[in-house]
Amino acid sequence: MLKILKYSFYDLMRSRWSYVYFLFYLILGFVLLFLNNDVDKAVITLMNIIIVLTPLIGTIFGVMYYYNSKEFTELLLAQPINRSKIFMGQYLGISISLTLSLVLGLGIPFVLYGLFKSTAIFNFSLLLVVGAFLNFIFVALSYNIALSTENKIKGFGYAILMWLFLAVIYDGIFLTFLVVFNSYPLDKFSLAATMFNPIDLSRILILLKLDISALLGYTGAVFRKFFGTNLGMMISMGVLMLWVMLPVLRMNLKLRKKDF
Amino acid sequence: MIEFKNLHKKFGKLVVLDGLDLNISKGGIFAILGPNGSGKTTLIKCLLGMVIPNKGEIIFDKKSVLRQWAYRNNLNYLPQIANFPPNLTVLEIINMVKNLRPKDSNSEELIELFGLKTSLDKKLGNLSGGTKQKVNIVLTFMFDSDLIVLDEPTNGLDPIALIHLKSIIQKEKEKGKTILITTHIMSFVDEVADEIVFLLDGKIYFKGTVDALKKQMNNDNLEHAIANLIAKQYA
Repeated sequence: MLKILKYSFYDLMRSRWSYVYFLFYLILGFVLLFLNNDVDKAVITLMNIIIVLTPLIGTIFGVMYYYNSKEFTELLLAQPINRSKIFMGQYLGISISLTLSLVLGLGIPFVLYGLFKSTAIFNFSLLLVVGAFLNFIFVALSYNIALSTENKIKGFGYAILMWLFLAVIYDGIFLTFLVVFNSYPLDKFSLAATMFNPIDLSRILILLKLDISALLGYTGAVFRKFFGTNLGMMISMGVLMLWVMLPVLRMNLKLRKKDF
Repeated sequence: MIEFKNLHKKFGKLVVLDGLDLNISKGGIFAILGPNGSGKTTLIKCLLGMVIPNKGEIIFDKKSVLRQWAYRNNLNYLPQIANFPPNLTVLEIINMVKNLRPKDSNSEELIELFGLKTSLDKKLGNLSGGTKQKVNIVLTFMFDSDLIVLDEPTNGLDPIALIHLKSIIQKEKEKGKTILITTHIMSFVDEVADEIVFLLDGKIYFKGTVDALKKQMNNDNLEHAIANLIAKQYA
């Protein structure tokens, strides 16, 4: 598996898009820092961007890599390697290279700005951890979609739809629910609803750490009331891990029966 | 050496392999022929473990291959379409495949033979279709395995490369290897194949030597003999 991972990683690290992605974060980091002139504020702005953008990029890279390397995967399948090792290697290769772009792209400007001397270092690290989680989650989800969809265009469509649903539509439906049923107790419902969306979960996780009540919103407030800050963070972290593990598990199950 | 027993495979409602039985003995060149969609590629992919049959058994070297992978170390496969990661160089991909298989290889000799020396540092994405196919051939033949499976090996090759390919196939045969080939180019079959396996409707319709087929069809030209065989299906 490590060999496949290494080559997928090299392949991606040399593609133009990895650099575009890296440069985007690099420029974003510098611009935000010089506009805000404050590491704390920059972290909040970054959160809003990372929470929407990393899932999108993870999704697109995931499906793109799967479909583009299809013939090559077939070549690998004819080698004496276990199927699931091939796909796990590819999956980790994509996720790690995307995470590296994120960490380096944002890390460099913040370190240059004096992150290590600022108190925001923990908030910033949490932001990167959440970004990494989102990468791993959405690459896994998009790989699942690609594995189940033979048609490239359809697969791409489903993947983008999944992102749109989790990043935008989900919140809309959720909000409608809250408005329509506002005469009922909705704490538990909203807690559960948050768990089913990794993007919401990440947002709450970061806001709990930042401790900005004004930005927490209804779900965040419920979350904090229910679990308190520390337990809340642990639980949301745990659920994020589940969000990585379950799609990876499904990928492996799907692979057992898949024809190439 | 290879035994397919009562092999069934359906894709949705489409029945591709329908209780196929086939025995392939060790040594020799076997051409797997059949009209489009007759299940040639599916059969090969079942053997490679890429397609999982609904029913049936495949025995390779006295062991079942279903859901196994280690047996593939004794098998070389040339896929139909050569498409490699565009950002790796030729040398890197060769080293990668070597790295994946714990086996000796004679890649230098093949690189020399197909004139790939000048392309070694080029990225795979920038190569022409024919050159990619040459890389593909090098990757397939650089290992010493008992079974060699070639899916449309002549695709996009220039005449010189084609001559080299034929000579390599002959050499491997002389070493006692078993070689399975699918192709639509009958002159190629006539020239290299010892036996023909003709697939129709997911079953073996004919298996025997090239001469036996010509005799049975009463036709000295292989292309026409095969065409007659297919025409019977349409009739």
